[in-house]
Amino acid sequence: MFKVHVYVTLKEGVLDPQGSAVADSLHAMNYTEVNSVRIGKYLELEVENTDNLEKRIEEMCEKLLSNPVIEDYTYTIGEAVSS
Amino acid sequence: MKFAVIVFPGSNCDDDMYYAIEETLGEEVEKVWYTETDISGYDAVLLPGGFSYGDYLRSGAIARFAPVMESIIEEAQRGMPVLGICNGFQVLLEARLLPGAMQFNKNLKFICRPTPLTVVNADTMFTTEYEQGSTVTIPVAHGEGNYYCDDDTLEVLKQNDRIIFTYQDDINGSAAGIAGITNEKGNILGMMPHPERAVSDLLGSTDGRRLFQSMLKNWRESHVASS
Repeated sequence: MFKVHVYVTLKEGVLDPQGSAVADSLHAMNYTEVNSVRIGKYLELEVENTDNLEKRIEEMCEKLLSNPVIEDYTYTIGEAVSS
Repeated sequence: MKFAVIVFPGSNCDDDMYYAIEETLGEEVEKVWYTETDISGYDAVLLPGGFSYGDYLRSGAIARFAPVMESIIEEAQRGMPVLGICNGFQVLLEARLLPGAMQFNKNLKFICRPTPLTVVNADTMFTTEYEQGSTVTIPVAHGEGNYYCDDDTLEVLKQNDRIIFTYQDDINGSAAGIAGITNEKGNILGMMPHPERAVSDLLGSTDGRRLFQSMLKNWRESHVASS
């Protein structure tokens, strides 16, 4: 079994109202060095080792875990873990 | 005409939608649970508002894979009228039956109030009872109604008169003020405002009635013409 780490982020050019609000808050706290904040999602999957593991993870990302209209995704397959 | 109101776990405007059909049109209407797999016996599908599956992951994302959706997608592609309101619109976007995606409202607020809209296209099966360019007041109730699509898609929507309703004020940041769009064939309408909440004077507006009346009238005309 593998631990799969999936990161979903907003595509470049897509506005992120939540990220802007967090950036404003950081500025109000005097963290003026912050230029921008973009909020994404992190998903952790425990996946049985199967044939075509990468292909199947990409399918999951494209069909459900991300919305390709506004989001990009990346993933890493971590170390094998014992179940 | 027989309407199906689809009920997902977390739908909460299904009663309003049912009531709108029963009261406004007096036509047959049934609630259809999300586990059903065949909706071919109905004449139109209504996807109600709410928070299907708690809006987990993205609004509409999980409902899009509910068992009933396969049959809805099939019938929709065959031309069955499909109306998605609010969360129903979000489900249609996630199902790619309509282009684009929803984001949080630009001011991050949940907006719940009567909203003036412009009827941009009164020549669809959902809008013939309205006057082109007229103003209608229909309530919105959403936190994620900020419609996004890329510039090419927006151009296609404009060129093909697929923008049906627009907000008169920029309430949520939607591209081109979009409140409702159709698919290319014109048999699928998704809109964020709630016409089912504007069907009697008691509710503050009756401007939603004509949408349902348009559906019935146009269905009857095409039905009579084809038989």
